Amino acid sequence: MTTTQTGEEAAATQPPHRDRAPRRTGNSLNRQTRSGWLFVTPMLVLLGLFLVLPILMALWVSVSDWSGRGSPFSGNVGFVGPDNYQPLLSEPGLSRQDFMLSLRNTFYYVVGVVPLQTVLALLLAVIVNQRFLKGRTFFRTAFYFPSVVSSVAISLVFLYLFTGTGAVNQALDAVGINGPTWFADSRGLIHLLGNSLGLWNIDSPPSALADHQVLGLSWWDWLAGPSVALSAIMMQVVWTTAGTFMLMFLAALQDLPADVEEAAMVDGATKSNVFRYVTVPHLRPTILLVVTLGVIGTWQVFDQMYVMTQGGPAKTTLTPAYLSYQAAFNQQHWGQGAAIAFLLFALILVLTSAQRWFLRDKDEWARKQALRRQRRRQREEAAA
Amino acid sequence: MSIDSSTVQTGYEGTAMTKVAGSPPKGSGQALHTSSGARKVVVYGLLLFFALLYLYPFVVQLVTAFKTNPDAVAHPLTLVPRPFTGKALDTLFANDFALWFTNSVVVAVCVTVGRVFFDSLAGYALARLRFPGRSAVFNAVIAVMAVPGVVLLIPKFLVLNYLSMYNTYPALIVPLIADAAGVFIMKQFFESIPASVEEAARIDGASTFRIFWSVVLPMSKPALITLTILSFQASWNELGHMIIATNNPDLYTLTRGVAGLTSGSLGAGNQFPIKMAAALLMTIPVAMVFVVFQRFFTQGANAGAEKG
Repeated sequence: MTTTQTGEEAAATQPPHRDRAPRRTGNSLNRQTRSGWLFVTPMLVLLGLFLVLPILMALWVSVSDWSGRGSPFSGNVGFVGPDNYQPLLSEPGLSRQDFMLSLRNTFYYVVGVVPLQTVLALLLAVIVNQRFLKGRTFFRTAFYFPSVVSSVAISLVFLYLFTGTGAVNQALDAVGINGPTWFADSRGLIHLLGNSLGLWNIDSPPSALADHQVLGLSWWDWLAGPSVALSAIMMQVVWTTAGTFMLMFLAALQDLPADVEEAAMVDGATKSNVFRYVTVPHLRPTILLVVTLGVIGTWQVFDQMYVMTQGGPAKTTLTPAYLSYQAAFNQQHWGQGAAIAFLLFALILVLTSAQRWFLRDKDEWARKQALRRQRRRQREEAAA
Repeated sequence: MSIDSSTVQTGYEGTAMTKVAGSPPKGSGQALHTSSGARKVVVYGLLLFFALLYLYPFVVQLVTAFKTNPDAVAHPLTLVPRPFTGKALDTLFANDFALWFTNSVVVAVCVTVGRVFFDSLAGYALARLRFPGRSAVFNAVIAVMAVPGVVLLIPKFLVLNYLSMYNTYPALIVPLIADAAGVFIMKQFFESIPASVEEAARIDGASTFRIFWSVVLPMSKPALITLTILSFQASWNELGHMIIATNNPDLYTLTRGVAGLTSGSLGAGNQFPIKMAAALLMTIPVAMVFVVFQRFFTQGANAGAEKG
């Protein structure tokens, strides 16, 4: 932000020739001011009406008792303070249980999807970037194509592929695996894993976990892992979005000077070492970008839940975005729906800022600082 | 807010707007000219596996659209419909499918035209015109880009309802024209055009709008096409906004209408052929745009990277 700002300020505070030809440029500046504002006004009005105003209205609704009838600003709508937030966070009850379930589900969803799609995208990019490969363009297109197709269309196809007797289970059957009923299966993966390792019996959970609750859910429920149904959606999303991120990795790979890698090879580095110590560090900013975009995107997951599962089975595909939609549009709990939306917004902001801070590139930061200093010096010289 | 702007500063934007991902890689591939045969086998093997993984669902979609329902249930893996039937398509068109398709076209075209025009207008002002408040406007645009779309579902409904726009065509279209990312993409592009181009016209006394319209825009084809494709694809595929902007079946677009098919609105049973046919038909327009403008699609994806 700061660099952008200083750049902007520099441009704004240095209109050319202001002193030398005051009248002419004065007119031209007036003209530029007029057309400048004229040009940005339509978009500002649109953004104001459909982005800023909605947020302000929803902020009010989230602290009001508006029932969905009439204007939320009319006299009989009252201010209720944190009453819409408390049932979600601090008061025991169904609302909090659902909200915590949605956070749990989405947490497992994000933790599964983000690393998988990042690794898959990088793998696809490295494969498609191989020089000797014929038909590279074709494969790049094929891998990217799902990213441009409607999530509704893809959801329908995956619903069909993952039915109990569908293509996936028949393929699994052919190699001797008895597939689950995917979208009807609410068993958590960690529960299943513990069961098969003999840690616990999934049908009678250990009382140490089942009898103690945190925020309305037992430890047993918190530790369920993504359900089989949610895992199917996760596979679908990884498959769909990897192509977009593959393109970002491809662009970065093509920026890597060939002689750097060659020099490393000449020095006797093995291929895997070159990849690990030369290529991956070069890709670091892109990896950061992909992970950040991934986290922002995955926490918002909504379409698949709306089309495929409506939060089921057993609420294991409930997400905050879908829960907020459901609360407002199906149950007319507008205040609570808006409150969930803002909690999700806050969560995304906090996570992404924290992530940027932890993964920040210190060299990059130092370089930026240096660049900023240099620019400031140049500006001062120009002014003097 | 900090996310987007610092993304802007990663230096990514330089490669994003200028690089055509379709051009052959100049970099890392070079080191691999010593590739051994074994390595090639591994790479081709992986490639085959992933190609199958990525193409098979679309093949299934195509084939199943021409199967009968019992055939689709009993033989999900076979790639030949037996018997071959166009019944699924008939059923779709006997219902509201044509209406949804028309609505989608209307929405996508209007949103695209609106976005391209207003985005480039604002982008030009932010890139080229000097006026007080410009950096504030730019920072506002950047800040607005950071708001997650899903968070806006209820808020947008509230405003549409408040403005008495709910259940109208403008409700489907106008809010989608508000597009900060597009302003950003156009601003970046206009900054890359040399200012001298406009000087001659300015000396001739052309108005600012005229310079923008007849000098700058004709030079901006790549960016305009990129933005057109991004806007078309985004509005064609938009689901969330279509859910909250209307509950009138006459205003349903493809995404909304087809999503309703999962609840079995077209009769008993799974009706997989009907669903696959619907998915197929709604994919075709985007697929056509994609194939024709592939080069720009890849550019667009990277331009999207800057916006965060």
